[in-house]
Amino acid sequence: MVKMNFTIITKSPEETKKLGKEVSKLVKPGDLLAFYGELGAGKTCFIQGISRGLEVKDYVTSPSFTIINEYQGKIPIYHFDLFRLNNAKEILELSYKEYFYGEGLTVIEWAEKIEQFLPKEHLKIDIKFKDRYQRKISFIPQGDRFNNFLEELSRIENIRD
Amino acid sequence: MSDLILGIETSCDETAAAIVEDGKKIISNVVASQISIHQKYGGVVPEIASRKHMEYIIPVIDKALDESGKKITDLSAIAVTYGPGLIGSLLVGLSVAKAMAYAQNIPFIGINHLEAHIYANLLEHNEIKPPFVCLIVSGGHTSLVYIRHFGEYKLLGQTKDDAAGEVFDKITKVLDLGYPGGPITERLAKEGEPSSIKFPRPLLNDGSYDFSFSGLKTAVNYYIKELKEKNKIIPVKDILSSFQQAVVDVLVEKTLRAALEFKTKQIVLAGGVAANSSLRREIKKKANLLNIKVFYPSTFLCTDNAAMVASAGYYKFKENKKSSLSLDAVSRLPLERKYY
Repeated sequence: MVKMNFTIITKSPEETKKLGKEVSKLVKPGDLLAFYGELGAGKTCFIQGISRGLEVKDYVTSPSFTIINEYQGKIPIYHFDLFRLNNAKEILELSYKEYFYGEGLTVIEWAEKIEQFLPKEHLKIDIKFKDRYQRKISFIPQGDRFNNFLEELSRIENIRD
Repeated sequence: MSDLILGIETSCDETAAAIVEDGKKIISNVVASQISIHQKYGGVVPEIASRKHMEYIIPVIDKALDESGKKITDLSAIAVTYGPGLIGSLLVGLSVAKAMAYAQNIPFIGINHLEAHIYANLLEHNEIKPPFVCLIVSGGHTSLVYIRHFGEYKLLGQTKDDAAGEVFDKITKVLDLGYPGGPITERLAKEGEPSSIKFPRPLLNDGSYDFSFSGLKTAVNYYIKELKEKNKIIPVKDILSSFQQAVVDVLVEKTLRAALEFKTKQIVLAGGVAANSSLRREIKKKANLLNIKVFYPSTFLCTDNAAMVASAGYYKFKENKKSSLSLDAVSRLPLERKYY
């Protein structure tokens, strides 16, 4: 199977959130989405869109302080923010396996800090600044599950400009 | 007879224990800060946090007892923070408090960290009387609360993304200035021009009491990024001064609006960011014009400490609100949740 990558430009935080909502329609319990992107790129914003799509009622705030936030929507969401992690091994103290291989959707901000601990199957979502408001969002699948995932995502109407 | 409460706090950076008499008088107050460890890393490292708490907790409690000149058998109750915070860190304080209370056969009282921050004010200000509006603002929280009676809280609004204090930490990290971001920003901002750069004031006029600091964080970061890419000089002091002004403007405006809507004559500030002198000055200045009095704790009681936990514990103790020994640590704990 050809590995499928694709990239979308969003023009505002609202559009990034909307894209997150589209992605939420395809996620299943046990999926892991790994977010890459510098401060202010829109990682939390994208995840807010996913959570809205999964009918989470709580505010989805930055978990930089508590490292993990859990929300209950249509499925459980485990929201990691590893901004404060210095050493990948520190993730071992957080019983990360219970989340990564658990019954919910795991989303990880600053995933680059623990790359060696990510499961084989996951979806890498890389958000880059294009200018002050626009973002270039690339989806890079790791494993078959996410190849199929991206094929379905690319079929959603109007997902591309 | 007076009541002595031992307070214990381990929700984040600090391992702290304090003994407070009758909810007011601080007999001893010990804080072992992990900031020197975290400085190296630019933030709280959860694994290090819980390991250090375990190392410090017993010596810190011993020191609090020693300095107070009291014996463990003199205690009336033990109060401890059980949330919100880092789970591993909370568990250290919670377990020790339960064991001590069980062994001494005295009440054990779980305290919400946010409520403790409000009570920090009662250690110094006798005049505070509900109803009042309280702004709790720190590295982990930004909440505006209406207090009708003590123990009865109405959450008016909170941050939808980043906490105010967290944004200070992130901006100073981007500028390679270190941790914690609040005091560093405050010091450098004094030498900058607060109106030199126009940063956004998110949700300033949206009519709600919610906050959002993520857009401001992005704007500041993008401003720095652009200058870096063009190899231009980065006016650090002006950036920090303008950024701090944007945060203060939003916090002051929303807090004053809440006080006016709920017709309270008192505003209370709590949490680490309440130590920010620019915030204190601006809110006082504007509240004065409206005949509203502003209270905030001394700096050492704004940041995490156990005296505030002991103070909150005293009032629960007087109302006979003990916790069960099966009480669990809770990472995300809103103010309204019942603890007993």
